[in-house]
Parts: sequence; structure tokens; C-alpha cells
Amino acid sequence: MTEQYEPRIIAFCCNWCSYAAADLAGTSRLQYPPNIRIIKVMCTGRIDPVFVLQAFKHGADGVLVAGCHPRGCFYVHGNEKTAYRMEFLQDIMPMIGLEPKRLRLEWIAGSEPDKFARICREMVEDLKKLGPSPVRGGIF
Amino acid sequence: MAGLDELIEETGAHDCVECGKCTSVCPVARINPKFAPRLIVLRVLEGVSDSLSKDKDIWSCITCEMCNDMCPYEVNYSGFILGLRTRAIKAGNLPDCSQSGAVHTYQRLMTSGVKQNRLKWVTPEMKIKERGDVFYFTGCAVHLGALFSDKAGELKNTPANYVRILNAAGIEPVVSNDEVCCGHDLLWAGDEDSMLKLMDKNVEVIRKSGAKTVVFSCPECLRTFEIDYQDFLGDFDFELVHMSEFLLDLIDKGKLSFDSNGGKITYHDSCRLGRHLGIYDPPRDLISALGMELIEMQNNKEKAGCCGVNAFANCGEVSQKLQLDRLLEATATGADEMLTFCPKCVIHFNCLLKSPKLPVPHEKVKILVREFGNVLAEHLQKKGDR
Repeated sequence: MTEQYEPRIIAFCCNWCSYAAADLAGTSRLQYPPNIRIIKVMCTGRIDPVFVLQAFKHGADGVLVAGCHPRGCFYVHGNEKTAYRMEFLQDIMPMIGLEPKRLRLEWIAGSEPDKFARICREMVEDLKKLGPSPVRGGIF
Repeated sequence: MAGLDELIEETGAHDCVECGKCTSVCPVARINPKFAPRLIVLRVLEGVSDSLSKDKDIWSCITCEMCNDMCPYEVNYSGFILGLRTRAIKAGNLPDCSQSGAVHTYQRLMTSGVKQNRLKWVTPEMKIKERGDVFYFTGCAVHLGALFSDKAGELKNTPANYVRILNAAGIEPVVSNDEVCCGHDLLWAGDEDSMLKLMDKNVEVIRKSGAKTVVFSCPECLRTFEIDYQDFLGDFDFELVHMSEFLLDLIDKGKLSFDSNGGKITYHDSCRLGRHLGIYDPPRDLISALGMELIEMQNNKEKAGCCGVNAFANCGEVSQKLQLDRLLEATATGADEMLTFCPKCVIHFNCLLKSPKLPVPHEKVKILVREFGNVLAEHLQKKGDR
């Protein structure tokens, strides 16, 4: 029997907003698919573009970057820097054969667990349509 | 992989008489007195047991080949360093790559054989072919332009500009979507295995196109094909030419002409094109053909300074000082622009030029660092104009 394709998504969540939202989604018993593997970072500004590329290189089907809303960053400007970095990653991804849809940047405040759950559901759905990553299995 | 003894044999490291001439010209040693090419060789020759797994100096080298040029016994220091690096990463001695290795990571992704979408820059008016005599190997300029869009975003246009120039001369080059990175950066960061995978793909793509001539604008790609690929695969049955030589030939045949309103230009010899491959005059002749005045920097040709970074495997205080030295030299010529063929040089110089941490006032380094092709395309004369 062939295994059914289940997307694997790495989610980088900032400590102050999006991770809190994920936490609240859990304690509020909101349902979202278990395809998301969360990596907590102190701020989305900590997310080096190479983290995203490495995630794909190791076989992730999608990457979600979630942080505080613009002007709401706990460290003032961290999320602005991330927004800029994700922009050029989106630029370079199609060139190396990765669909830009596989990377998603979202602002999720600590009080928005429903948004967190919704985005997880949407992303899993999108990635199911898109199919597995061309580098599934990873390159080591 | 062969042992260290073989590497010592191949590169002639045994012949080192420790005269220290290499150190006297080494740009890294000038700034960091603890570094010396000769000492790296000495440590290996003496068999210092942990030198390979711990020696960080092998990553400080910027492989500019000043030492090779100076050595009276023709020791191939850069080849020696390259050999050490491939062995060092197997021993757990890794480089501290700049950009945390983002460049190397996307290049490794290319080894997987993913279907790329590389030719986004091709517009309908450009004439390119799938099979033909002339293959234009575009290199990573577009990728680097995207990755360093704040510093050298202009690089995104480089391949498009070269195609326009070639089209103007009546040449329809083969440009392939299946071309991958040449593997230069991975090789010099010690990852020979990934480079070999990329090499096989590239050679296959070129063979399939039926090309007799492969034209390169990037000096690093040309070096990798000319020296490293042919080391592994033997001589190719297709010709490898640098863009400067190829365009000069077209100008001589009267197929191509440029027109500019004068202007002062200085030219930076990148290490790969200059010392590694010995191509010094064609770019200079191109500047004359452009109708611009070339003003040489104090150190030029074999003695040209360096952009300070090698394969994104090192960047730091030494790199910054080397970049500043070169930019000051370029400013002293009074030229408006410094041209170079190497996209990496363009990135590294602009990185310092546009940095808020520039150690001198911005007025002191008033020079634009640009890729050659982007300037050529601005002065291209269309057939109708002639």
C-alpha cells in the first residue's frame, strides 16, 4: 500500500505573538491538522533566510513564518526585517524550482488562535493540491 | 579521495623552500600577520596531526593566487588550499560561511535535479535557441541579484544584457533552463561531492545542445569549467571562451559596435579572470572599443587587489580592509565607474560601499562598482543606428 501524501510544514513562530497564538489554539481545543512542526524563535527577525532554505533542503513541503503584526513587534523592527527577507526568498525560490506558495509569511497576534488554526488548515490544503516538494526526502 | 601525500606531490608543495615571498605579497597576511601561505604548507608537511581538523587558516585564504604568481618554485598554493579544504570538511573543520551559507544552500538544492524556472528574465524580443553552436552559460548572476537586491540588484539584468548584445551581433545563443550552478562556491567551500553532481548536469546540458563554443561572462564559471571540470573529465570537445574575447572578435569582424560619449572608467581584474586564467587585455580592449578612457589603478593586472571574499566562505575584518583599499585606489584614479566581470566582486565591493559601517566618509570612496555587461548594454549601437 502506498503511503498517502501528507505535507510536512515547518512553522517558525515568534515567542511573543504567534507561538502564544498556537498555544492558545491548543488550550482552546481548536482543531488544526497535525502537519505543522513548530520551531519557536524569540523573534521572526531571528529567522535567517538560510533557515527557510535549509528546511526545504531537508525535505519540508512548506514553511510558515509567523510573527507579530507590523508595528507590533516585541523588538520594534524584527518583523519588518523578516518581511524584506521573505520577499527576496520568494524571488529566488521559483528560480531554483520551488513554488513560492510553499513559503508563507503571516502576522498572527497572541489573541488570534483561530487565525493560527485557519492558516494551518489553508496551508495544508494548498500544499496537498501542490503535491510533495520536489526535494522531498531531502539532500544531505 | 587521494591522501595528503598525493596532494603535496600534485601541487608541488614539497618544493617550498620557505623563502616567504608568498607571505610578502599575500593580501591577507598584510592585515593579519599570523597568517602565511607558507606556514599552512609547513604545518601539513611536518604532519601536525590536528592541523587539518582544526586549522582555521585554510578558510582565511582568499585564494587570490598572488602567492602562486610570486612563488619562484611554482608551488600551487591555491590548489593546495583547495585540496586541504575538501579534506578538512570531512574532518569536521567547516568554514564560517557568510550569509550563514544561504548561497551554498541554494546551490546544493540545485544538485537534486529539481525542474527550475531559471529563465524568467527572457523577454519575447530576445532571440535564444535550444540547440545551436554558441552556448551562453549565464551563471548565478540573477540568483545573486535577487539575494543581494539591496546591494547589487543590477545583477538581475546581467544575462539579459549579454543576450541583447549577442543578438545585436546577429548571434542567437543557446540559453538553457536546465543549466545549474557551476559549483565554484561549493568546491571552494570544500564540498567537492556536490560540485561533481553539478558538473555532470552542466556538461550533459551543453552536450545535448550541440554547442561548439561555450561563452561565459562570469570568471568563476569559466575557471571552474576550464580548470576544475577538465581536471576531472579530461579536455572538452567544445571550446570555452570568455565573453570579453568573444565580443572583441565580433567587434573585429565589424558585427558589433558600441557608442559612448566618453567617460572615465577603471577596470578591476577579478582574481579568477586575471591570475587564475590570465585574461588581462581583452576587457581593456573592450573599454577602448566602447570609446571610453581607461585609467588604470595603481595595482593592476597581476598585482590587482582583491574583493576580499572567496566563495562566501569567509568575510570579516580582513575582507573589509581589502575592499576599502581597492575602493580608495579606484577613487584615486578619478574614474566614475569601476567595471569588473565578476558578479561576486560587484557584490562584495557594493556591500562595503553601501554599508553604514563604512570606515571612511562616503565622499572618500566616490565610485560606482558595476558589472561589465550592464555598462556595455547601455552603449550598444543598434543595427539601424549604424
